[in-house]
Amino acid sequence: MSTTTAGVEPIIAASKLEKFYPQPDGSRIQVISPTDIAIYPGQIIALLGPSGCGKSTMLRMLTGLSPTSGGTVFWHGQPVGDESPNVSIVFQSFALFPWLTVLENVEAPLEARGVPDVERHKRALRIIDSVGLDGFESAYPKELSGGMKQRVGVARALVVEPEVLFMDEPFSALDVLTAETLRGELMELWLGKKIPTRAIFIVTHNIEEAVILADRIIVLGRNPAHIHAEFNVNMAYPRDRKAAHFTELVDLIYKALTQQEHPESALAEQHRAAEAARRKDVVMLPHTRPGGMAGLLEILEDHNGRADLHVLAAELSLEVDALLPTVDTAVLLGLLKLAEGDAILTPEGKAFAQADIQGRKAMFRKAVLANVPLLRQMQQALKSKTNRTLPAEFFQDLLDEHFSEDEARRQLETAIQWGRYAELFVFDAASGKLTLTET
Amino acid sequence: MPSAAPLLEHRTPLPPATARPAGSRWAYAFLIDIAVFVSLFAVIYGVYSIGRSWLGPVRAESEISQDPRSLPLYALYSLVRILVAYVLSLIFALAYGYTAARSRRAEIILIPLLDILQSIPVLSFLPGVMLAMVALFPNRQLGVELGSIILIFTGQVWNIAFSFYSSLKTIPRDLREAAIIYRFSAWQRFLELDLPFSTIGLVWNSMMSVAGGWFFLMACEMFVLGDKDFRLPGLGSYLQTAAGHGNTRAMLWGLAAMVAVIVLMDQLIWRPVITWADKFKFEQVESAAAAQNSLLNFIRRESFLIRIYRRILHPVVEWLTLRFASGAKRAAAKIKANRAAKPRRWHGWIFAVLAGIALVYGASRAVAELAHLDRGDYFELFRSAGLTFLRVNLALIVGALWTVPVGVAIGFSPRFARLMQPLVQLAASIPATALFPVILLFLIRMREGVEIAAMALMLLGTQWYILFNVIAGAMAIPTDLKEAASIFKFGSLDRWRYLILPGIFPYLVTGMVTASGGAWNASIVAEYFHFQGRIVKAPGLGSTISSASDAGRFDLLLASTLIMAVIVVLINRLLWRKLYRLASTRFKLET
Repeated sequence: MSTTTAGVEPIIAASKLEKFYPQPDGSRIQVISPTDIAIYPGQIIALLGPSGCGKSTMLRMLTGLSPTSGGTVFWHGQPVGDESPNVSIVFQSFALFPWLTVLENVEAPLEARGVPDVERHKRALRIIDSVGLDGFESAYPKELSGGMKQRVGVARALVVEPEVLFMDEPFSALDVLTAETLRGELMELWLGKKIPTRAIFIVTHNIEEAVILADRIIVLGRNPAHIHAEFNVNMAYPRDRKAAHFTELVDLIYKALTQQEHPESALAEQHRAAEAARRKDVVMLPHTRPGGMAGLLEILEDHNGRADLHVLAAELSLEVDALLPTVDTAVLLGLLKLAEGDAILTPEGKAFAQADIQGRKAMFRKAVLANVPLLRQMQQALKSKTNRTLPAEFFQDLLDEHFSEDEARRQLETAIQWGRYAELFVFDAASGKLTLTET
Repeated sequence: MPSAAPLLEHRTPLPPATARPAGSRWAYAFLIDIAVFVSLFAVIYGVYSIGRSWLGPVRAESEISQDPRSLPLYALYSLVRILVAYVLSLIFALAYGYTAARSRRAEIILIPLLDILQSIPVLSFLPGVMLAMVALFPNRQLGVELGSIILIFTGQVWNIAFSFYSSLKTIPRDLREAAIIYRFSAWQRFLELDLPFSTIGLVWNSMMSVAGGWFFLMACEMFVLGDKDFRLPGLGSYLQTAAGHGNTRAMLWGLAAMVAVIVLMDQLIWRPVITWADKFKFEQVESAAAAQNSLLNFIRRESFLIRIYRRILHPVVEWLTLRFASGAKRAAAKIKANRAAKPRRWHGWIFAVLAGIALVYGASRAVAELAHLDRGDYFELFRSAGLTFLRVNLALIVGALWTVPVGVAIGFSPRFARLMQPLVQLAASIPATALFPVILLFLIRMREGVEIAAMALMLLGTQWYILFNVIAGAMAIPTDLKEAASIFKFGSLDRWRYLILPGIFPYLVTGMVTASGGAWNASIVAEYFHFQGRIVKAPGLGSTISSASDAGRFDLLLASTLIMAVIVVLINRLLWRKLYRLASTRFKLET
């Protein structure tokens, strides 16, 4: 824990916050394991993690947008629900109302709080001025560039003078230069104490962004989401990307993000194994295409079967998190191992990378049948029918018991992709029917 | 408050005023003033004459004039009827769509119900509506007027409701979340999120609904119910009376008046509204060619309406918003509270029980009513259903056969499209029922002329849906696919088989669904017609409904309505929904 927070009462404190999908057999699929998070005044906290790991869900549970499965969020020591927290969110997609002008967009939250006309205009104009949108008051969002739109998003969030400002990947829809400018402007407002906001909670997958902005960085691990590591950043603003301190910290966080043998992570691993043993029949599939995995294995083969994920990602000009689902797929199928932040080809993986298309398909088929219970079940079910055909909805219904509706649909889509590649079955999109491939 | 004035300027931004030569400004404003005064007097007179007519005693047998000089007043009567019905439709549709989209439990019932209500033709509502209204206002013309308005309403409301519902269901998640996190009250959310997001769909469906109102106007203004003969002065009754007497000159005058009103409405109302609705398009980047409308620019420039908005509407909206806002503070405190419905449960039960009792009672009465019919009646009903089925589908096939090649030709050639679009739009805007008597003049002398006429009316009423969709589909076929077809030297057969037909398929299906529903509904006017002093009818379900309503045979009316609703819903479920699915999976053009 940071020394600066000792003895200070947190604004928001979440205790044992968790999210899971209850299963019909009484077990559950854990998406976020019980987590404690506290937001202290005077701090910028960055929540860092690969995409799809539950960062946004965490943010939505903290703000009360999304119901929690367990645990409580305290607001100045009172459970939320008794008292409504004064928070704002800046959205990744801006979430501006396209039919309202900039001014009307910024005024809308004040309107909702019953601030009368004249006062509303005054406050909105002041905040618009301070984010540098002067002269754009009567423009509609679609006339603005991405950076300008997000300035409106920030102005709208700040106009209600929130005690905590939540930001959900606020700069990731912007180009690099614009994002840098906006980050600078945000820091100027924050450090110059030009806004009454007492804490900022920012969700991001960009490590450098986190290190530039945050006083405290929380790294989330996956499956289920859990706090993997925490870093306090004791560097003066503005922070220099080239400083040795800076690059060291970035490297450290990279390691933490990719390393699975971290003590805390090992615990999660155990937890996950136990969970999996309890319900052998459900494994959450990463949403990837088999073709992408084959490409990754080939590249690893070129690196003599072992490479640092960080290096791999840089080589492909990808964020590490974009690579992780593909890595997960290969690990799930036993074609890849992870050790100390390195990806290592297994003998099967090596064989896969060297095989031709037909050989790969055969290997893929063997691997999914051995490691993916869902595809095994699908094959069994199709076999048991005399006409070898079943509607895809049948499996959707089965998945619905284990996942949310959206997730079930995505799981099924992925499973169908894989099954087709493995030539387990053919899928007719028009009729929505799966037919077993005769062998 | 002088300080508020510059701020108010921000409220509703105007496009930059175009430069006008100095000096011309005053003459311009003077003309506007004159125009405003003249219209004001016209409006006052219109309100007065409508009031006199509505609040007067019942004139069930009132004579409908065939004099062209009464046309302006008749046109006004009809216009007011359609507009009042439309406003009612809009209010009802908003409430219906909102309820269905917000409450999961209501949705389960309301949406299938909508499907069924949409398939019931207007005349089937006639006896219930008329008897109720006349019972409510036995001594006033108002009862009959309201009855007619409600009939028009039943033909306009359903698609608007459905459009609003589906818009609400597709509001993006982040916008909904923004509304929650910024504590919008239900009222503010409705005003700033729900309504704007649905506007474009509402506008297009309103246009379709009002066009439908004109189509069924003749049936809604003049009808017989048992021994009662209801006639309301209006364009529809004028046309019907003229047709009944075989007065060709009056028919043509009536037709011209109707076309004039429709074209005026199109130019003065719909075009500006469509351009205005452009601002509600849900897009992040402005599209290259923003639509322009000179009338809308004029309104904005002179800011007459905008001044009214600021002076009257804006303060009211502001007051409401602030009023509901204090409630929002309390509600926001509960957003986190788990919504486990505990105390409300018994409410639901009581409601369900009451609804169940009403349902059972209604069903038993309906069965009792149906028991009057014997086997012969049913045989007759099914035979006529079969005939109408054949007629509707033949009309659809003929419609598709001519609209597909023409639509593709228009859609493929931008120059041809520019030339044809206004013509086609004008042709489509003339209600086929008004044109019908003129056509009937020629067809009546032919053998099987009634058969052909019935199909012609169905065709006239519905082919435009197919044509417009085919044009849109042909325009949406990507150029690279067309180029690929020419590089590989596709013959014209292959071109149609592999490029054009698959390309327009989703659009064709959309058009055919609408046309099919429309043709079934149109059968009530297509198969049964008062013409030259006698009743011209083609055997079918539509004419059964019309004659049952004329004769006050409720049992027959109920049975035939049920059969029609069942057929239309079944066709939708069994055929169109499957084709829709095929269209949205296999034939969807994606990048």
